[in-house]
Amino acid sequence: MAETILELKHLAKSFGENKVLKDISLTVEKGEVISIIGSSGSGKSTMLRCVNLLERPTGGEILFKGENILEKKFNLNAYRTKVGMVFQSFNLYNNMTAFENCVKPQMIVLKRSRKEAEEIARNFIEKVGMSAYINAKPSQLSGGQKQRIAIARTLSMNPEVILFDEPTSALDPEMVGEVLQVMKDLASTGLTMLVVTHEMGFAKNVSSRVVFMDEGVIAEEGTPETVLVNPQNQRTKEFLSKVL
Amino acid sequence: MNTFEWIGKIFSEYWNEFLRGMGNTLIMALTGTAIGFLIGLAVAIVRTIPLTENDSKFKRVSKKIIDVILTAYVEIIRGTPMLVQALIIHYGFFVSLNMHPLISAIIIISFNTGAYMAEIVRGGIISVDKGQVEGAHAIGMNHWQTMTNVILPQAIRNIMPSIGNEFVVNIKDSSVLSVISITELMFISKQAGGAYAQFVPSYLICALIYLILTFTITRILRLLEKKMEGGSSYMICGSQSDPDAQIRVVKEKDNG
Repeated sequence: MAETILELKHLAKSFGENKVLKDISLTVEKGEVISIIGSSGSGKSTMLRCVNLLERPTGGEILFKGENILEKKFNLNAYRTKVGMVFQSFNLYNNMTAFENCVKPQMIVLKRSRKEAEEIARNFIEKVGMSAYINAKPSQLSGGQKQRIAIARTLSMNPEVILFDEPTSALDPEMVGEVLQVMKDLASTGLTMLVVTHEMGFAKNVSSRVVFMDEGVIAEEGTPETVLVNPQNQRTKEFLSKVL
Repeated sequence: MNTFEWIGKIFSEYWNEFLRGMGNTLIMALTGTAIGFLIGLAVAIVRTIPLTENDSKFKRVSKKIIDVILTAYVEIIRGTPMLVQALIIHYGFFVSLNMHPLISAIIIISFNTGAYMAEIVRGGIISVDKGQVEGAHAIGMNHWQTMTNVILPQAIRNIMPSIGNEFVVNIKDSSVLSVISITELMFISKQAGGAYAQFVPSYLICALIYLILTFTITRILRLLEKKMEGGSSYMICGSQSDPDAQIRVVKEKDNG
């Protein structure tokens, strides 16, 4: 039986007069890999950033396992360890090595011992194929390598959901593949993933559901086949004709 | 006797006094800069605590009040000369407390430097890429954890040149504290000059000693910066001569 892990209800977000998200409702089941596509300015990233409250929604509700994360008493920092985020710009801590990037947050936030944290970090760094670069500083890594470390850092917190905010958009074309491969491997482990992406190949082949956003609303959603191959919505058709 | 002869005479007679003055100047400048840095750090951290709608009304009101007090501190100190501050603080409070002039001087310099440091540290914090904060928040760190583990280590590295600059400024500016009778370099020079009514030669000695101090210390600081920089180098402006502590980060090629 599928278990609902995240639920967005009538989510809205405005920056001043500008309504970026109008009325978003979305239910995410455990183990789903959802690709969120749409043109720039459609609100994809804002929606994702609202889910871990880097942006505070101006309306609606977000439920994590039935609990409203917008409640005053809600423990936001504990929630953020369960819902990890991978950024377009990587955001590795520049004052730490790749290894420390994965070790320190576990010690600081989850209060794990250094030994335990190192073991976990080493395991995930190996999974993303970055063991050789463990002692490199972020400035010494390429974009694709940084992003793989960023993914390992997020995984080290043992999250239940990972939000990917255009993880390959800042990469040189030849580095996109290595990051997508890591994400593909992750998807097969049953991790719940929300991926804002422009990679139609990933959306089509890896995700279990595709959400098309347009002007702050979900214009169309469904399996990759229905949305990407047989779109019903006029806007979806237009968008796909431009990117495919 | 001409000026050079007077310089020789005054220095040969008072050289140990000049050295003592130099020592006191260095002690005041060094401790004042160090304590001032800590004050500035504390002020900047408190001022950058974010408020969200989820915070209680009490927390929001007290944060507002503290912010007003800290802003007043920074603005008042930066907007008035240290000479005037020293006279008011020393004769207004410390004399009646019978405080040792050197302690009183260190407190005055620390207090003064703290206000400038607060702006420098704030500039340093702003100079750190916003993504670093998001990266830390998104993984579950709170404000304090984000600051101490991610932001401040980078910010302090960025402002190292400005901190060194403050130190050099303090070496020179502590001279105004001669008005509260601290036997620092300026005070000694005035006394030595007064003994023969030959002030210009004495002040020339004084100037030379200041120049030697600041020149050497600037070189040492440069060396230290180079050592710390590693792969990239930063050029930062932001000091008492540039009150807005505007920070220009010039990142050169990263060669690790």
